[in-house]
Amino acid sequence: MSEEFSVEIISPENLIIKTNTREVIIPSYEGEMGILKDHIHLITFLRPGIIKIVSDKNRNFFVEEGTVEFSNNNLLILTSTVREVSDLNNSMLESLLSEAERRINSDEISDKEKYLLSYKISTLKNISQ
Amino acid sequence: MPSLDDLKKRIKSVKSTQKITKAMKMVAAAKLRKAQENAEKGRPYSQKMQNIILNLTKSIKDPTNAPKLLVGTGKDEDYLCVVLTADRGLCGGFNSNICKLAKSRFKKILSEGKKLKIITVGTKGLDQIKRDYGKHIIKKFSFKDKKQISFTEAELIGNEIINLFNLKEFDKCILFYNNFKNVITQIPQSQQIIPAESETSDLKREDNLSYEFEPDEDEILEDLLPKNISTQVFRAFLENAASEQGSRMTAMDNATRNAGDLVDKLTINYNRSRQASITKELIEIISGAESL
Repeated sequence: MSEEFSVEIISPENLIIKTNTREVIIPSYEGEMGILKDHIHLITFLRPGIIKIVSDKNRNFFVEEGTVEFSNNNLLILTSTVREVSDLNNSMLESLLSEAERRINSDEISDKEKYLLSYKISTLKNISQ
Repeated sequence: MPSLDDLKKRIKSVKSTQKITKAMKMVAAAKLRKAQENAEKGRPYSQKMQNIILNLTKSIKDPTNAPKLLVGTGKDEDYLCVVLTADRGLCGGFNSNICKLAKSRFKKILSEGKKLKIITVGTKGLDQIKRDYGKHIIKKFSFKDKKQISFTEAELIGNEIINLFNLKEFDKCILFYNNFKNVITQIPQSQQIIPAESETSDLKREDNLSYEFEPDEDEILEDLLPKNISTQVFRAFLENAASEQGSRMTAMDNATRNAGDLVDKLTINYNRSRQASITKELIEIISGAESL
């Protein structure tokens, strides 16, 4: 038990999950990041990807953006777009994917947005496989 | 003196009004419970976000280079006021309380010779503000057709605010809404969101943790601050929604009680005039019999 730390995912509308776990993998802006107990205090933000909560029963969440704070063995993830992967069905995935593809092909978006969207598309493709 | 028939009609109409207000009260009570729940659920998000921002700002070494959203433009010329009201009436002083507060602030801003821009959310506030400050209104939102206001709507308004800020349309942004304290008390409130006011400093943590930032502070702040604006707007929405239902519930409760009092009074009136007419008829009969 001593290997565990607490993790909270909060959306503006709701507390999504609050649990104890051994390891969480987050899609940080600069790359995937695994967090274990006694990680250094950290503030970062997310790109589109999957949050993996590793415990006896793994849980995966799809996020598009978010802010992460880790302090005193408490991982806090604030995000307004979070869905549990098992809740996503094919039609939802497809509509998200086509929307993202439409956006990435338009000219008005910045490089940063393009970067984020490309991750969104690849994540969505991974899920649907 | 109204006739018996008139009284009967009035009693009937008051009774049906009472039925309506009673039903509205019940509906408001049910909605209130949900809105209150939502408001409470939404609180941790905005609180934690404030906390993170606080931790971030503490580690900024050079305040002159900090993002403008946090420290402001340094000027004090143009004001943007966002007034959040309901889309429906019949909720007591809810809408007019917000408007009253907002209007007194508008007056102050204008008397200081500063420029004023207004964004209204909700139709009821628009109607009240339009008359005196119509030419200052630059944008109006209404989510009348939405059953439940979600974060998307808040984001819409948040983005609008940020857009205007980036276009240097204003220096300070103030949010007006009703803070939900409990069912009976809702406090109209003004909150300055740009630049962020330091009143949140009572959230301060005692331990001064040194954080690792990835990427660096500025980039995180740039990502976080716009989100914080939307979050603040959303929180105001939730507080407002709960306040609206609470206010409506109390108003309708009062209305139901008043209708009851009125029915009682009218019934007494009705009975008295019926008795009076009976007595009159009796006197007529008796005096007729006596004269024989």
